Amino acid sequence: MSVFINKDTKVLVQGITGGTAKFHTKQMLEYGTNIVAGVTPKKGGTEVEGVPVYNTVQDAVDATGANASVIYVPAPFAADAIMEAVDAEMDLVICITEHIPVLDMVKVKRYMEGKKTRLVGPNCPGVITPDECKIGIMPGYIHKKGHIGVVSRSGTLTYEAVHQLSEEGFGQSTAVGIGGDPVNGTNFIDVLKAFNEDPETHAVMMIGEIGGTAEEEAAEWIKENMTKPVVGFIGGATAPPGKRMGHAGAIISGGKGTAEEKQRIMRECGIKVAETPAVMGETMIEVLKEHDLVEKTKTH
Amino acid sequence: MNIHEYQAKEIFRKYNVAVPNSKVAFSVDEAVQAAEELGSDVSVVKAQIHAGGRGKAGGVKIAKSLDEVRQHADDILGKTLVTHQTGPEGKEVKRLLIEEGCDIQKEYYIGVVLDRATSRVVMMGSEEGGTEIEEVAAETPEKIFKEVIDPVTGLTPFQARRLAFNINIPDELLGKAVKFMLSLYQVFVEKDCSIAEINPLVTTGDGEVLALDAKLNFDDNALFRQKDVLEYRDLDEEDEKEIEASKYDLSYVALDGNIGCMVNGAGLAMATMDIIKHSGGEPANFLDVGGGATAEKVTEAFKIILSDDNVEGILVNIFGGIMKCDVIAEGVVEATKQIGLEIPLVVRLEGTNVELGKKILDESGLNITSAESMQDAAEKIVSLVK
Repeated sequence: MSVFINKDTKVLVQGITGGTAKFHTKQMLEYGTNIVAGVTPKKGGTEVEGVPVYNTVQDAVDATGANASVIYVPAPFAADAIMEAVDAEMDLVICITEHIPVLDMVKVKRYMEGKKTRLVGPNCPGVITPDECKIGIMPGYIHKKGHIGVVSRSGTLTYEAVHQLSEEGFGQSTAVGIGGDPVNGTNFIDVLKAFNEDPETHAVMMIGEIGGTAEEEAAEWIKENMTKPVVGFIGGATAPPGKRMGHAGAIISGGKGTAEEKQRIMRECGIKVAETPAVMGETMIEVLKEHDLVEKTKTH
Repeated sequence: MNIHEYQAKEIFRKYNVAVPNSKVAFSVDEAVQAAEELGSDVSVVKAQIHAGGRGKAGGVKIAKSLDEVRQHADDILGKTLVTHQTGPEGKEVKRLLIEEGCDIQKEYYIGVVLDRATSRVVMMGSEEGGTEIEEVAAETPEKIFKEVIDPVTGLTPFQARRLAFNINIPDELLGKAVKFMLSLYQVFVEKDCSIAEINPLVTTGDGEVLALDAKLNFDDNALFRQKDVLEYRDLDEEDEKEIEASKYDLSYVALDGNIGCMVNGAGLAMATMDIIKHSGGEPANFLDVGGGATAEKVTEAFKIILSDDNVEGILVNIFGGIMKCDVIAEGVVEATKQIGLEIPLVVRLEGTNVELGKKILDESGLNITSAESMQDAAEKIVSLVK
């Protein structure tokens, strides 16, 4: 088991004829992801890496039964691409694209109300269920199949966490990058709920950063609902207020969204917070020991 | 991106958001001429810098004659203002706004922001105008009223009316206040603002509702479709290193420490700063080279880090995913050769082709210290700069 994606997921790549998309389509295929279609307007009828390309998402879904889409469309057109996938009633849309104007995302979120599609991202590394399905841009080989759920606002920091876990012999059930933008689809709580219900996930690593209050809300939810141990880390303790730290959403404004405040609330809610990014894996092992979960969770 | 108050007011005029008459001036003579043309009994000389708190720092002065305008303009132009938003080094005033004085009856606050929790634009209002909204929020949160806006309809007249009633705008000015709010929302969405803040909004003795101050910030991600806004960019107000970094699509933020860092990915870059601090050092910057760093980008990143005189050592932390470690290692070696690096450099590589990357660094003959992990890297650089 896993969350959101597995070996049966049939993937569609939007913007498949672009350079980045081509590269990652190849990487995903090599990992074993079942990519059934690509979409680029006016390129219908061609192929990329042996994957048939269609003009519209609806055409691609009708022809192939794709149920998850990954978007590499350039920022000015990405919001429209998300809505096209939602309109075609995809189960899951993962938007990798960075730099989408935030007011475009406000419209997208409004458009998605009452629709069935789950959106992950934008500005995210994607989702991976090790050995089954990789959708996004993460390096597949650092992941190991296992029982730790990982959810994060950052890309490379997730790789760091996954690497530490894999090195210690703790594989992952699924790793979900929810992205670094202020307005995104799936939030921490959505992923935590899914991990809580997934029998194969025994513990969760939650990686947040400065800006907004998503970590605080997630911590409150964990306190009330989560039956599995959660380890946390918050990036940006040294970030100055009022400055955007790379991610559009990573900004302390009006004294809100500091790392200190997030860590404090997470601890109050029973989450063990790693002191530094170097000990994310170690902290998880400590927590697994406390819960007598090491044997059950260790994968090799 | 930020712009000046006078620029924000120019945009407001185009959208019929009411503002007092005013003119921008770049010299004392221009300031006097502007006041003469405005022809009001009282005029206000306002320093134009990208920071709030100008009044308290002596950057806003009232003049009752042209001589006083000359005197104030002469005082303020060229002066370095230190406010709670400028940092201790302050900001030099190079532009003035000369504005006609108005008969203020009462001050209010109106702000438009993105609310991350609801993914909606929100208009906020308060009758505690003139004070920082954060202070009002902390001390008297019941005096802040919010209207959450549906992007399909935009701000509706009933919402604007409700907000106006809540903040006790006098009935006879209700129509003008509503028009003001609706127009302000129009500016926010059409210009891709991230913040539109009017503090204070004032009602005047002659029955006007005016934006006395105006702060507009814009969503950097939307500037590609806001060419006219981009023309308002004032490079004098930005950090030189940050301007240079933006040319190469590098994400850079200057800090006060002495350890420069170069990292791939924003989250890992922040975490790297954190671990330097945790190990007893002080980071000099945030720098994300991005996913597709080339040798050229790495070289430019090094140059920018080194242009900061405070930097006494550099930490490179790369988690090679799709980006291969050997490519980064080559970039580091080439950059080091080109620049002639004379301060300690610690490199931590992990991920794709890591062994090859380490080999390239080891065989380069350059004075590069390799690190095995983030912890190791942070400890090494901290001890090397001490």
